[in-house]
Amino acid sequence: MSELFRKDASVLAGLVSSGEVSAVEVAQAHLDRIAAVDGEVHAFLHVDTEGALASAAAVDAKVKAGEKLSVLAGVPLGLKDILATNGLPTTCGSRILDGWIPPYDATVVTKLREAGVVILGKTNMDEFAMGSSTEHSAFGPTHNPWDMERIPGGSGGGSSACVASFEAPLAIGTDTGGSIRQPAAVTGSVGVKPTYGGVSRYGIVALASSLDQAGPCARNVLDTALLHSVIAGHDPMDATSIKAPVPDVIAAAKRADIKGMKVGIVKELGGEGYQAGVRSRFEESVALIESLGAEVVEVSCPSFPAALAAYYLILPSEASSNLAKFDGIRFGNRVGDDGTKSVEQVMSETRAAGFGSEVIRRIILGTYALSAGYYDAYYGQAQKVRTLIKQDFDAAFAKVDVLISPTAPTTAFKIGEKLDDPLAMYLNDVATIPVNMAGLPGMSLPIGLAPEDNLPVGLQIIAPAMADDRLYNVGAAIERELLAKWGGSILGMAPELAGA
Amino acid sequence: MAEAIMNYDEAISKFDPVLGLEVHVELGTNTKMFCGCSTVFGAPPNTQVCPVCLGLPGALPALNKIGVESAIRIGLALNCEIAEWCRFARKNYFYPDMPKNFQTSQYDEPIAFEGYLDVEIDTDEGRKTFRVPIERAHMEEDTGKNSHVGGATGRIHGADYSLVDYNRAGIPLIEIVTKPITGTGKYAPEVAKAYVAALRDILRGLGVSDVKMEQGSLRCDVNLSLRETPESKLGTRSETKNVNSLRSVERAVRYEVTRHAARLAGGESIVQETRHWHEDTGISTSGRAKSDAEDYRYFPEPDLLPIAPSREWVEELRAALPENPAVRRARLVADWGLSEIDMNTVVNSGALDLIVEAVDAGVDPAAARKWWTGELSRIANDRGIELEELPVTPAHLKRLEELISTGSLNDKLARQALEGVIAGEGDIDAIVAARGLAVVSDDGPLLAAIDEALAADPAVAETIKSGKLAAAGSVVGAVMKATRGQADAARVRELLFEKLGVSE
Repeated sequence: MSELFRKDASVLAGLVSSGEVSAVEVAQAHLDRIAAVDGEVHAFLHVDTEGALASAAAVDAKVKAGEKLSVLAGVPLGLKDILATNGLPTTCGSRILDGWIPPYDATVVTKLREAGVVILGKTNMDEFAMGSSTEHSAFGPTHNPWDMERIPGGSGGGSSACVASFEAPLAIGTDTGGSIRQPAAVTGSVGVKPTYGGVSRYGIVALASSLDQAGPCARNVLDTALLHSVIAGHDPMDATSIKAPVPDVIAAAKRADIKGMKVGIVKELGGEGYQAGVRSRFEESVALIESLGAEVVEVSCPSFPAALAAYYLILPSEASSNLAKFDGIRFGNRVGDDGTKSVEQVMSETRAAGFGSEVIRRIILGTYALSAGYYDAYYGQAQKVRTLIKQDFDAAFAKVDVLISPTAPTTAFKIGEKLDDPLAMYLNDVATIPVNMAGLPGMSLPIGLAPEDNLPVGLQIIAPAMADDRLYNVGAAIERELLAKWGGSILGMAPELAGA
Repeated sequence: MAEAIMNYDEAISKFDPVLGLEVHVELGTNTKMFCGCSTVFGAPPNTQVCPVCLGLPGALPALNKIGVESAIRIGLALNCEIAEWCRFARKNYFYPDMPKNFQTSQYDEPIAFEGYLDVEIDTDEGRKTFRVPIERAHMEEDTGKNSHVGGATGRIHGADYSLVDYNRAGIPLIEIVTKPITGTGKYAPEVAKAYVAALRDILRGLGVSDVKMEQGSLRCDVNLSLRETPESKLGTRSETKNVNSLRSVERAVRYEVTRHAARLAGGESIVQETRHWHEDTGISTSGRAKSDAEDYRYFPEPDLLPIAPSREWVEELRAALPENPAVRRARLVADWGLSEIDMNTVVNSGALDLIVEAVDAGVDPAAARKWWTGELSRIANDRGIELEELPVTPAHLKRLEELISTGSLNDKLARQALEGVIAGEGDIDAIVAARGLAVVSDDGPLLAAIDEALAADPAVAETIKSGKLAAAGSVVGAVMKATRGQADAARVRELLFEKLGVSE
C-alpha cells in the first residue's frame, strides 16, 4: 500500500486490526519516511528502529492470535525526549543527560506499550522544555515542515514537526506553559494539554511540577482523542494524579455538535500584539462557531495580563529545585572529576558545562525568587496572581461552556529571530500560560493560514477542569466544517518536503 | 585540637545555660516515606533503592500513610496540637547524600506543634520534674550516608574518595524540636539526658521506631548557649551533632557549657556553628560555620498534596495511644511493691522495659529486677553497650529462675549460665549441659572435699571447735574452689559442722 505514512492514526489502527496491513509494514513505512525527511526536519533525537519493529511484530502476533487490541495498536508515535524510557536514551534536549539511559519507563510510556502503540523514537525539544522554538535544544533546532527556515514551536517542536511532516501520525508532548499547543498552532497540527492531573507525570522529567502536563499531538481531533484516552487515568505513583474517570473524549470527538453551547471569547487574549492574519482567521472561526448554532459572547479575565510575569516566577522557582538533581553524581555526564577537585567543584563544573544558557537563566531567576527575604515578594505574590487567574476562569465558566482565543499571537517565526530576546520569546505563550496556571484543559486546532505569510494559525479552546471532552466536541465540530471547506487536511497545503 | 574549658561548677556559677534539643527518629515503617523500598537496616549498600529514592529524573514521591499516622501519634504522645492542614516543603541544598539535592521536609507547616514532655531527674532537693516545651514535630525523609575513605579523620576533608549509600535515603524521619529549655541551672546535662531517655521510652511504647541510638535510628543534636543571668537575652548557640548515646547527650551538654564558659570568660564570642561530638575523647570539634545567611530556599512541595488529617482520625489515634510511660511507672511501683528509690534505680539503669518484658513472661519481678539492674547492667557497662544490646531474653531469665528455685543452680552458676547466653552458646539448658553447670547435690564428693580441706589446714578444725565459727569460711571456700563453685555453700557448712560436732 502506498504512502501508509500519510494515513491518520484511526485509519492505521483499523488496517492493522483487520489484518489488511501488518503493524511492521506500518512501522517500516514511517521509519523510511523518517530516514527520507528527518535529515532536513530534525524532529527526532533518537530513532529506535529495532524497538519499533519489535513492538510492531508483537502487535502482529496478537492480530494473528485473534486477541483484542487497543484502539491504537500498531500505530507509530514520536515521544518527546522528556519521558523516561527504559533502555532508550532520554536527554531532555540537554548535554547534561547525553548518554543517560533510564532504568524505568514513565507511566505514559507503560500505557503506550501496553496499548501496542509503536514508539518510533524520541523527539527534539527545547532543553528541559524551556523555550518556545526548540532552538534551545543542545542538539540543534527542529525545522518547521511548512518552511525550513522557521521554528516548529516549542518546547515540543520535535513532536509537532514529526506529526506535521508525516514522520508519525501521533506524538506525545508536554505542556508547562503552551509547549503542546503553540507548536501545534504553528505547524498546523492538533495538540491537547489535558486537565492537570489527568495524565500521570511519573517518569516525565519535571520542569515546573505544578504546571507540567503531558498530552497528545496528532493531525486531527479524533486521533488526538484516541491517544488521550490511552495515556490518561489515575496513577498511584503520581500524588497529584486525579482519582476520577477519564472524560469520554472519543465519544465527544465523534459527537461534534455545538448547537446551543455558549462560547466565550477572552477579551484579554487577542487584539494588540496579535498578528493581523491570526486575528482574521480567529474572527472567521468565531463566525463559523456561531453558524453551527453556538452562542458567542465576550468575557473578561482581568488578571490575565499579570499571568506571564507570575508564570516566570513560579516556573523558574520550581525548575531551580527540580533541576538541582542534575549534578553528575548519580547519573548523566560528569565534568571535571580529575581526582583533585572537591565534590562541590565537580557538581559546579558539571552543571556549568551541561546546561545551556536558557536553563541557566531560569535556574538563576528561580534561585533568586526563592531566596530568603525575596520569597514573599516574588514566589508568594505570583501564587496570589495564580489564585486570581483561577477566579477569573471560574467566573467565566459560570457564564460559558468553553473559552476561545488564538493559540499564539503570531505564526511561526524565523529560526534565530528571537533567540537573543528572551522576553519576545516568552510572549509567544501569553495566551496559553493562563490555562496552565489554572490547571485547565486546552486544545489548539488549525483554523487556516495567515494570508500574509501562508503559515498555519491555531485556535485555542479552553474548558473547565475535568471537562476535557468539551474540547474534543467543539474542536471536532469546527474541524468538520474546515475540512469540508479545504477539501482535506490543512497539511495538504504544506509544501512537499525535499526528501520525499 | 582541644579548646580551653572551664571547670563545670565554676562555669555554672557564672552562667545560665539554655538548652535546645533536636531529635531525629527513624520510623520503623516497612517501606520508605515516598516509595516502596525496604527500610531494613544493614543491607548491602545501594540495594534498597529505586528511581524515587535515588532521585532519578522523572520520578515522583508517593506518600506513606503509616508515616503520617506515626507522626500524628508521636505528636499526640508529646501533648502537641495536630495541624488541620499542612504541607511538605522542599529544603534545597547541594550535598552528595541528597539524591534530589533537596530534602522533602516540612517548614512552616509542621504536622504537630506546641507540646511538652515532663521529665524527672534527681536533684539535691530530691526528685524533681522539669517540663520540656516542644516547638514542633515534623515529617521528613532521611538522606543517604556518606563514608569517606582514606585520610586520618574519616571526614570528607583529607579523604581520598567518598562513597554514598542511598539505602537510608527516603527512610521516614520525624524531627522533634524543643523550644529553648530554660531554668535547668546546673542540671542542664541531666535534663537533656532525661528528656532524650523519656522521648525514647515514649517512642518505643508507641512502637513507631526501634529507637536504637547506636544504629542511628534515634539521633540527637544538642544546642547550647550560655547567658550571664536568667534575665539576660539568649546567647549565641552552638549545635553539636553526632551525639549518639544517652551518656553522650549528658556529656556533650556538660562539655559545651565548660567550653562556652571558657570562651566567654576570656572575652571571646561564641561562633554560631555546627560541631561534631567525639564519643571517644569526650569533646566536640568545629564543623561548618552556620551563619544566618544559610538559605534553604524552602517552598511548598508541588509533587505532594497537602495533608488534612480529619479530626475523627486524630481522635481515634489519640484514644488508641499506649499508656504514658510516667503513668505506667506509677502503676508498676504499686504492682511490684517497690519504693520510689528502687524504681529510680530501675529507671536510671534503663532496664524498665526489659524488666516489664521479663515479668510479662512470668519471671518474678524481684528476680527480673535483680538480674537486669545487677549482673546484666554490670556486663553492659563493662562492655560499653546498652542493655538492649545484650542477647538476653525473658525466656532465658525465666528458665534461669526455674533452675534456681529447684536448687539445680545457685547464684554463681546462674551467672555463669548468663555469660554463656551472652557468648552466644545457646539456650540455658544447652549451656548448663555444655558447661557442666549443676549444683553438686550428692554429699559424698562434698565430704571428701571437706576432708581434703581439713587435711590441708590441720589447725582450722580446732579453731572451729573452740567456737570461732567464722573460721568455717575458709573451709567452705576451699570446698567451693575444689568443686568449681558447683557446691551448695550452705550444705557444705552444714556437713562441716556435723562432722566436727559443732552446732551453729
